[in-house]
Formats: sequence, C-alpha cells, structure tokens
Amino acid sequence: MIENLTPLQLDAIREVGNIGAGHAATVLSQLLNKKVSMSVPQVNILPLADACDFVGGPEQPMVGVYLRIFGGAPSKMLYLFPEEKALFVAGLLINNPEKCRNLLGEMEISALKEIGNILTGAYVYAFSNFTGINMLPSVPALAFDMVGAILNTVLVDLGEMGDYALTIETKLTACDESVDGHFFLVPDPGSLATILAALGVKEGCLNRSGSECPKL
Amino acid sequence: MSESIRVGMSEIVVAKAPKVLVTLGLGSCVAVCIYDFFLKVGGMAHIMLPDSSLSSDNAVTNRGKFADTAIPDLVEALQREGALKERMVVKIAGGAQMFSFNGPNNQIQIGVRNVAAVEKILAEMGLKITNRSVGGNVGRSVFMDLETGGVKIRMLNSPEIIL
Repeated sequence: MIENLTPLQLDAIREVGNIGAGHAATVLSQLLNKKVSMSVPQVNILPLADACDFVGGPEQPMVGVYLRIFGGAPSKMLYLFPEEKALFVAGLLINNPEKCRNLLGEMEISALKEIGNILTGAYVYAFSNFTGINMLPSVPALAFDMVGAILNTVLVDLGEMGDYALTIETKLTACDESVDGHFFLVPDPGSLATILAALGVKEGCLNRSGSECPKL
Repeated sequence: MSESIRVGMSEIVVAKAPKVLVTLGLGSCVAVCIYDFFLKVGGMAHIMLPDSSLSSDNAVTNRGKFADTAIPDLVEALQREGALKERMVVKIAGGAQMFSFNGPNNQIQIGVRNVAAVEKILAEMGLKITNRSVGGNVGRSVFMDLETGGVKIRMLNSPEIIL
C-alpha cells in the first residue's frame, strides 16, 4: 500500500511529522538553551533496494540512536548524527564541549541517548495527542557505525510486508551551526493504516461526506 | 579497478569475471556469496529476513528478501550460467546486531536468526560454507571479486579481511 499513497495522504503524514518534529525541536532548544531550527519533514518512499543509500554514501560513519515505539501504531524512531556533529551535540548537552572528545566514551553515549530519549518523548507526545493513538517509546539504543548498516538494520522488518520503506525525515540545525541531525520515524508494517485512519484519510482522497474530492 | 555492481537490499545478482559484486553497509542483513572457481561465475544475495512463510503473501513477490527463497534462486541462477553445485564455494557475511538494548530483553535478534536460517538452508541444499564473517555488532561492506573468488570485508574500526 505504501507505493500507492495519494497526495492527500502524503500531506497528512507530513503534517503529523511536522507537529511531532516541531515539538521535538522546541524541547531540544529548551534543553540546550540554544536556537534550534528544523526543516519541513520529508516523506520518503523508497524501494528497499535503494533505502540505505544515504547522502554521503552508505559507508559514512554516523551515530544512530534508535528507539522502538509501542502502542497503537508500533514504529521505530532513528536519530542520525555525523561523527563530529554528534560530539558537538553531546558537548552542548553536558555544557562542556571540552569533555566530549571520545565518541565511544560512556559520557558521550549517555548524553546522546538522552537526547534521543527527550526528542522522542516530545515527538511521540505531540504525535499521539494529535492522532489520538496511544504511543510509548522504549529506552534508547546507540550504534556508531556505517550509516548503511544502521539504516539496514532499522528497515529490515519492513520486508515482511512489502518492498517499499516509508520514512518521515526531518533535519535539525542548532545554534547557527548545522548539526546535520536527521531523524526518521518509520511506521511498522501495518501501523501506517492505523495512522492514516486516525488522520481521517484512510480512503485516500475522500472528504468527510464520503464523496470524492474534485480533481485538480 | 574492474567494474563493480551494487547489490542492494533484497537483490540477487549473478555475474562473471572480471566484475566485482559489492554491497555497502551491511547490518543485520546477510550477504551470501557463491562462486564457481572453474567458470569464474559468482553471485551474491542480500538477504533481509530468515523466513518467507512468516510474511504476508503479497510480500513474497520479491523472493530475494528471504533466506529460504533467495538461496535456491541464487543457486538456480548460477546453474543456468553453467555453474555446478560440486564446484560452488560459499561464503557468508553480515548478520550483525547493530543495536543492543540494556538488559536481557533484547530486540528480536534478526541478525542471529538470519545467519541461522542461511546456514540451515545451505546445509539442506548440500552446500558447505567455507568462510564466514558474521555476527558481532559491526557493519560490514562486502566486495566479491569474481576474478579470484575472494570476498573482502571492510569494517569501520578494524582492518580489512579477505575470506
């Protein structure tokens, strides 16, 4: 079904992504006490064979913070930061950039996981308020590896239902320096239908009275 | 460097020397590399999931995703090129667990299950795995040189290995 979404459905998905990401960006800004801005979310629909191609190539080292979301619409949440930007963000959080030098240090890992935790909490809270779907995030897990391998692992079970992956992607910028953070919400196979139904666009381009929208 | 062919998630590719089959950034997926050294023909399958029977029917349109459908397809495609089962050399890589959650309640260990399924199916088909680089928590890039049959594994923080 993913490859057959109507423009209206895509817009609706983008809009919930926007609301979720907006809250997450606000929270990050409060947390860091810095200006944080975000891009308009992008809804990506990719064949699985190409889904792991990432800007800069699949071998680029990146930090991934991964959370499962349980509840009415099980999903996955993934934050990706390039190596040096991850240290920058961790440094901002503990308010001591000097201390964050080693990406695999306990302090840095913990700080990055916590950022994932807080952002996801905000994202999911907004998302679930808006859609009325009950959602609950897991504890975060972290990996520092090739970005292809990280994406590959997160997207793998989508193969059980189809040949396409749908991701809602947002980019973040903090304190005038691009942190190049990407975050992805990946609905589990089956969850997409729940989300679309909650948004009132399950049937594609039908308005509330049930008649078809005029063709543009 | 000879021409390389990308093998994306869920794809099966068969080619001849001097081509190089490449898959970049392999996480919990498993790359199965089969080579006939006599004809210098080889193939790679990029397997995502262990078992097609657990999936909804319409997902099985792409047989390359599952260990139980991709491996027979790969072997058949090689046989169409003239490869003989007796000469086939099998090497596998991948099946890592990239994320570890604290505590005993780990996520369904898809990497481990993929490797187990691949091993089982290869054994059922009478094919022996000669070399492997599987498991752990590292991503791998796999380069299969069809001139030599060598499979090079690249990882982020460790030296390259050749299987």
